[in-house]
Amino acid sequence: MISELRELYQETILDHSRKPRNFGELPTANRRAEGYNPLCGDRATVALDLEGDLIKDIRFKGAGCSIFTSSASMMTESVKGKTRPEAGALFERFHDLITSDPSQAKHRAVPELGKLAVFAGVSEFPVRVKCAALAWHTLKAALLGDPTPVSTEVSESSSGDGGGHAL
Amino acid sequence: MSATTNQAAPRAAATVLDVERVRRDFPILRETVHGKPLVYLDNAASAQKPQAVIDAERAVYERYYSNIHRGVHSLSMRATDAYEAARAAVRRFVGAAHTREIVFTRGTTESINLVASSYGRGHVGKGDEVLITGLEHHSNIVPWQMLCEEKGARLRVAPLDDRGDVLLEDMERLIGPRTKIAAFAHVSNALGTVNPVKRMVEMAHARGVPVLIDGAQAAPHLEVDVRELDCDFYAFSSHKLYGPSGVGVLYGKASHLQAMPPYQGGGDMILSVTFEKTTYNELPYKFEAGTPNIAGVIGLGAAIDWVEGIGRGAIAAYEGGLLEYGTRRLLEVPGVRLIGTAREKAGVLSFVLEGVHPHDIGTVLDYEGIAVRTGHHCAQPVMERYRVPATARASLAVYNTREEIDALVGALHKVREVFL
Repeated sequence: MISELRELYQETILDHSRKPRNFGELPTANRRAEGYNPLCGDRATVALDLEGDLIKDIRFKGAGCSIFTSSASMMTESVKGKTRPEAGALFERFHDLITSDPSQAKHRAVPELGKLAVFAGVSEFPVRVKCAALAWHTLKAALLGDPTPVSTEVSESSSGDGGGHAL
Repeated sequence: MSATTNQAAPRAAATVLDVERVRRDFPILRETVHGKPLVYLDNAASAQKPQAVIDAERAVYERYYSNIHRGVHSLSMRATDAYEAARAAVRRFVGAAHTREIVFTRGTTESINLVASSYGRGHVGKGDEVLITGLEHHSNIVPWQMLCEEKGARLRVAPLDDRGDVLLEDMERLIGPRTKIAAFAHVSNALGTVNPVKRMVEMAHARGVPVLIDGAQAAPHLEVDVRELDCDFYAFSSHKLYGPSGVGVLYGKASHLQAMPPYQGGGDMILSVTFEKTTYNELPYKFEAGTPNIAGVIGLGAAIDWVEGIGRGAIAAYEGGLLEYGTRRLLEVPGVRLIGTAREKAGVLSFVLEGVHPHDIGTVLDYEGIAVRTGHHCAQPVMERYRVPATARASLAVYNTREEIDALVGALHKVREVFL
């Protein structure tokens, strides 16, 4: 496989896309949000069991490409047990990673991102940024208790404007 | 599945198309993408341009560009002549009786909006109905929806069967005394279905309902004869017909166009203006407000000349063979399912690959130099009908080859290696 493609479709990403973690209904959920990527028809639902500021449990549902599915799956693993501000800070780092200049992406793979650093390859594929960011935007809406479904066309401008993900 | 069209069959048999010669007319086909020769299979979105079209547009700007229908100077007269010659070419191309029945627009979308707005507002009222089918492009849904919303009318939708054919009996039942206009695609952009539009027009006319045909996907592939079809309106775009983007055509029966109010007000559409009263220009200028895409229209004329030089019968026969070959080869790939297997199809191979999202297919194919469209193809109701979020779509043009289909099939095997 060509190197940029291998960078995008890393083994961890393919693994999460084939076997997504924390996938399905969350019976104890007290927060829920929906997200939509009108460009490719991807749909996401993120359900949270939120206790104060703490994300006690999280599940997602949805249909989409491997980048969406793996990003959602790894996001649930990364934010479970974190607080709302911690999750917001992580989204900001993640967003920086996938929207940075490809030559800079490696430097944006800061230690706090952990396994999420495998998404650095997305920066080479600007049209796929929305796929990687959809679950995160939906999580943010769930944390804010926003009842309007999220659209990546609104929340993910094509210029890759990365500001304002803090919660 | 028959891939050719009944209209095209007789003449097609006599002409053999030399695809290598056709390809030499398209400079872009010599480009490479990610180091691989470009395999352009996104023609239903927009087709590439032959040298003749590129040269025609260039000649306008280099030698005789000027505004039209205005000046007494030589350039303006030359530009006007070329612009009106393109209108005559379009008239011949669709078989219309008069050039005054040919209106230039920005594209199919604007042509449909023109009819929905000008004809629709005058004829559709509260409690009336507009009939479309389940396979329409958003451009042939939304303008009617907007009209219905404004007027308190109702949009009725003729359903599809599992193969992608419109259920004609159901459609006929939906035509009632409140139906004021019907609008159907000639060819579906998402499924490739060729609708039996002549029969559909007859069914509508039997109840006194006028018909608009969205010919965006048909004009590049089939012979179109608006008098034979007896449709009231026919819309298509230049850019899918190897012509420049930003230009479209609306054919309308003169009797309708005559009675319709203008769509937009401005220059060129008037005979005289005072602050008390404006007298509108004759057809077709009444519907062409403002300075149009002059070079684009002249480029469309060149595209039509080019297409007619190849021969529409020859194009339909060649593409039909390619579509059959592509259908057979795609189905050899494990896990491939075609979306859209109508009795009669043109130009479109829409498919899903089990276990791989179309978006991922598109990214891997791109690295093989292959351009396909992935997504909902501006036909979300079609996707819902077949319960898929999206498809990958390979769509054909006259310059595509069996070798390119083979490259697509080879790349799909690579996709399976990556994801499965």
